[in-house]
Amino acid sequence: IFEYNGSAVVAMVGKNCFAIASDRRLGVQLQTVATDFQRVFEIHPKLYIGLSGLASDAQTLYQRLVFKHKLYQLREERDMKPETFASLVSAMLYEKRFGPYFCQPIIAGLGQDDVPFICTMDCIGAKELAKDFVVSGTASESLYGACESMYKPNMEPDELFETISQALLSSVDRDCLSGWGGYVLVVTPTEVTERVLKGRMD
Amino acid sequence: MGDSQYSFSLTTFSPSGKLVQIEHALTAVGSGQTSLGIKAANGVVIATEKKLPSILVDETSVQKIQSLTPNIGVVYSGMGPDFRVLVRKSRKQAQQYYQLYKETIPVTQLVRETAAVMQEFTQSGGVRPFGVSLLIAGYDDNGPQLYQVDPSGSYFSWKASAMGKNVSNAKTFLEKRYTEDMELDDAIHTAILTLKEGYEGQISANNIEIGVIRADREFKVLTPAEIKDFLEEVE
Repeated sequence: IFEYNGSAVVAMVGKNCFAIASDRRLGVQLQTVATDFQRVFEIHPKLYIGLSGLASDAQTLYQRLVFKHKLYQLREERDMKPETFASLVSAMLYEKRFGPYFCQPIIAGLGQDDVPFICTMDCIGAKELAKDFVVSGTASESLYGACESMYKPNMEPDELFETISQALLSSVDRDCLSGWGGYVLVVTPTEVTERVLKGRMD
Repeated sequence: MGDSQYSFSLTTFSPSGKLVQIEHALTAVGSGQTSLGIKAANGVVIATEKKLPSILVDETSVQKIQSLTPNIGVVYSGMGPDFRVLVRKSRKQAQQYYQLYKETIPVTQLVRETAAVMQEFTQSGGVRPFGVSLLIAGYDDNGPQLYQVDPSGSYFSWKASAMGKNVSNAKTFLEKRYTEDMELDDAIHTAILTLKEGYEGQISANNIEIGVIRADREFKVLTPAEIKDFLEEVE
């Protein structure tokens, strides 16, 4: 069921910045249905979540998270910290322990003092914090390999963009269910850059 | 008084626009033992009289000041049993927040939720309002904070406040003595002096209770030995 729609999401930490990227294919098993599907969503300007797995669960989960975050913003008059948001997602996923959301979220954000934070979790909320990169989706095995070999710590935003794009494109080429280009977001304390990649369109 | 015809049911407004039961609850608070709180530049102090009904009562078993989380403490004026119920509920809410967000609850949020509980009891059937006013003291990312919560469920943030029997004298005394950049130790001295003002009898380390929270964000109830030191400094 995780392989129904196909997906690839990856996030990497750089020097005072982070990048999060995903593929753009939406399929129904072997049939490609859309080539501009959004998997990475903004929660607030310094916090992003990428959701791989079943597309309808990804969209519903995103809507529920935005709802909870907006209420939090109204009540506490501040944005949620990435670590807090990760705990919230984990709690929400575990609520549905015996009928889960078929998604694997990747959470990336700039925490207090703009320290980059990334983490991933499985579909029932087991958090996995990482200092370098996190991957999820049908292409996750190739992504692990590509990131492991291409990643260096403390990369500047431009170099980070190059690295994450190369890792994403080479991994989705090895996976028939993800691809059709890429969408990369590089976030620094002062600005957010979105770029769309053109890869092998198959 | 025309209002007395409307004082039987909590959930009925009187023609003057008041909920008479809440007024009565405030009276219950006003006849309770004095308690007060002062927010200093680097912490908060809350204090209360601990007058026991007889010398045979074991004073170490009476704890009027309680902590709700490691960085939030509370004191009350009014009915002790109602206070215990509220402390229990507030502690549970603080833990539920932690379970969801893995972050300690900010003081304002806990105050808001406690006040919501108190308000529920003014609008449901078959229950009565809580006969306590709370002074909640805490230290979080927004610095030291002091809130008062009334039986009606309304809450206010104070720089210094008092409740209970001697409230008007205590408040006047505090108004005269309060300064914006007070240090915590000065605040403790002022608190003791304010309690002394209205105290019938001799004040000692065993018949007052003091709770402090400093910049280390740990709420502590002072031991009688520590209170004795402060008392001696005040004399």
